[in-house]
Formats: sequence, structure tokens, C-alpha cells
Amino acid sequence: MALNSELETRNFLIETRALVKAYGLLPVLRKLDLGITRGEFVALLGPNGSGKSTLLRLLAGLSKPTAGQITIGGWTLPDEAAAVRAQIGMVSHKVLLYENLSARENLRFFARLYNLPPADVDTRIAELLEQVGLSRRTADPVRTFSRGMQQRLSIARALLHDPDILLLDEPYTGLDVDASSVLDGLLRAAHAEGRTILMTTHQLDSAAALAGRVVILSRGGIGYDAPTAGLDGSRLSAIYTETTSMVSAR
Amino acid sequence: MKTPFLKAVLSIVRKDIQIELRSRELVSSMGLFALLSILIFSFALELDRSARQEAISGVLWVTVVFASILGLNRSLAMERDQGNLDAMLLAPIDRVAIFFGKLAGNLVFALVVGLLLLPIMTILYNQNLLQPWLLLVLLLGTFGFATVGTLLAMMTVQTRARESLLPIVMMPVALPVLLAAVRASTNILTETPIADWIAWPQILVVVDIIYLVACYLLFEYVIEE
Repeated sequence: MALNSELETRNFLIETRALVKAYGLLPVLRKLDLGITRGEFVALLGPNGSGKSTLLRLLAGLSKPTAGQITIGGWTLPDEAAAVRAQIGMVSHKVLLYENLSARENLRFFARLYNLPPADVDTRIAELLEQVGLSRRTADPVRTFSRGMQQRLSIARALLHDPDILLLDEPYTGLDVDASSVLDGLLRAAHAEGRTILMTTHQLDSAAALAGRVVILSRGGIGYDAPTAGLDGSRLSAIYTETTSMVSAR
Repeated sequence: MKTPFLKAVLSIVRKDIQIELRSRELVSSMGLFALLSILIFSFALELDRSARQEAISGVLWVTVVFASILGLNRSLAMERDQGNLDAMLLAPIDRVAIFFGKLAGNLVFALVVGLLLLPIMTILYNQNLLQPWLLLVLLLGTFGFATVGTLLAMMTVQTRARESLLPIVMMPVALPVLLAAVRASTNILTETPIADWIAWPQILVVVDIIYLVACYLLFEYVIEE
């Protein structure tokens, strides 16, 4: 893919500069500067209302910034949103699937929206359904799937167009232990394929185990930003508590 | 880089029809409402033949309008409730393609119900409604109503009181379409000379074009947060 050479040399695939997002008079993100390099797996943590989902929606082009700049792969948002959207796959706590369509029909619909070559679509869908362990349920309506199966299909949808960037907004919501561990495996595989992943979550253990870097958002800014090397869930939990309580004590 | 506009529109229409064929939620609920409505009107007007003849176009449009509102709410709620609108907005398509795709789907479902109504009303009200001019007015009126309805439903579906809010915001905006459609239909059914009422379908065409252009221009703002 053609990337802006300046950003390539600076090595940021995703970059926000002085990013501000406010809903009316309520600021959610306050002059946020964040850079994510190609291939990184970043866990974005923070209490409810700290701006995690807002940041992901801004990066996905689903929302427009109040001020500041976002560049992804050299393209600027919101001006070049269509180019950016082609590089992004998003998984949300909502599954973003049609309940009355089967797994295959859902993926075919999104394949058409992403303009995938018709000759390759069925092969790609079969590969992905195999990868997420749903190859035996391809013709079943999504409404008959468990929450975990729906979330796996949601990941298949997000990977359908082979995006460079995966944005995951609390993907563990509503998943039981088994489904969460299946999701862990899928995210590891997606990262191993070289994708850049930004995931918001409240699951500190998963964040420490999967991500290479943790960013804790608080009060619309970055309260903590460091690699996860040497961190386990309990240590990260202590850092998280310290960072967020420090902010709320201010 | 972008998916071709027409391909995106057709994909959305195809998906809506596929879901409807699978679930039969929209057309069945719209159709049942419409059938119930024309039956009630038929009983109410049974004894007064002249009143029935005069009221028939009103009955037709009241039924089509409220059945369409029912369908619009459900059609857009399907996109909102599971976050599917976000999934479509994430795709590299022209965002207006979503509007045209949903409009085409809503129009198809409303027309199916409208076309089912005509033969049933012909029998119940003992008046031939299967007339080419009436079919044209039905098409034009339904198109205008579906156009403005799709845009407004996209807005109201985000609110808690969406079921009651849509008719409230829609009626004043859709009034020119309804006025022209009812007047044209009444004249067609009372066999008034064409020169006396041809202006109404012409007004419908103009209003439809104005609505289509306005909705095209406004849609991006409507779906923004």
C-alpha cells in the first residue's frame, strides 16, 4: 500500500496531534498526542468516560474531531476518510452483524461493500470462517449463534478486507472464560500476521498478556504510556489504579 | 479506492430484500396493519355509499402512510440496534450510498404493500383502483414519502421515543406530497377530466425531486454524531 513517506520515516502508522473531541461543551479528549507504529499491539485502558471509545471512533472515521489532526497511513482524517476506512477493521462490543442473515451472507454483504473481487470472495470467506472456528455454521442465521460465536464472526468481518489496522472496542464484553480465550488466540494470530492493533478493554490480564504497549487514558489525556514488558495483570492493575486515582484526586 | 456508488447501493438493497425474504418482518407487519386499517374503514363507511366513494383516496393514503412509517421505523432500527449502520459507515463507500440503498429498500417494501392494497380495496369498496394513473400517483407519492421518511427515520431512530417521534416530525414535512397525492387520487377515482387534475402529479414530481436533492445534501450531516 502507498504510504506517505514522511510518516513512514517517522514510523507512525497512526498519529494524533493535539486531538480534541468535545460533545457540546463537554470535552472528552483534550489535546491528545499519540503515535502508534506499524505492527504494534496497543492496549488502551481507562475508566468509563475517559475517551477510549471516542478515540477509536475518531480513528475509524465514524466521528469528526473538534480540533487537532489525525493521520493514518499517511492519510488525513476526516478529509481522506474513504482511503483510511479501507485500511481499518473494527470490532466493537456490538457485533455489527445482521441477525437474520447467515454467517456467509453477512460476510458476502460486507465483501461487496469493500469491493472485494467477486472471484476471491468465497475463498476468503471460507478461510476466515475456518480461522475463527465457524466453518460448520456458515449457513446458520447469526441469531442462533452464542455471544462468543457472534464476536468471532465479527472478527472475521473485520478481517475480511485484510486491513492493516484493527481497532477493537471492548471486544471481551459479554464473553465467558472460554470465549475470551478463543478471542485471545484470534487476536494473537491477527497480530502475528503483522497487523497493527489498538484495543480498548477493561480486562487488564488480557491487556498485559497480549499487548506490547499499554496506554492509560484519563481525563481525556494520556496518564500512562509504556511497554508491557515485565508487566503482569496484577502489576498493571496497580499502575492502572495509581494512574486513575491520581487523576481523580486532582 | 472507494467502492463504486451503484455497487454499494445495490448491495444494501439486496441485503435488505434478503433479510426481508428471510424474516418477513417488515412486509407482514405493514401488510397486516394496512389490511386491518382498510377493513375498519370499510365497516365504518359500509352504510354510506357516497361517503365511501369520496373517502376512498383518503383511506388509501392514510393506510399507505402509516404502514410506511411502521416499515421505516423497523428498517432503520435494524441498522441501529446491532450497530450495523456503523459497520456500513466503516466501509469505503460514499456515505450517501447508504441513504439511497435504504431508500430503495423502503420504497420497494412500501410499494409492495401499496400494490397489495389496491386489489383488496377494489373488492371491499366496489370501485376499480387498478388504474394506470392511480398506480403512477401511488408510485410518485410513495417515493416522496419514502425519501423524506428515510432521512427523518435515520434521525429519529437514534432517540428513545422513535416510534412516536417519526410520525410527528414527518407529517409536516411530507404534507406537500400527501396533499398532491390525495388530491390527484380523488380526482382520478371520481373520473374528473384529466386537464383538471394533471397539475397534481406534476407537483408530485417536482416535490419528489426537491426532497431527493435535499435529502442527498443533508444525509451526511444527519449521520454525523
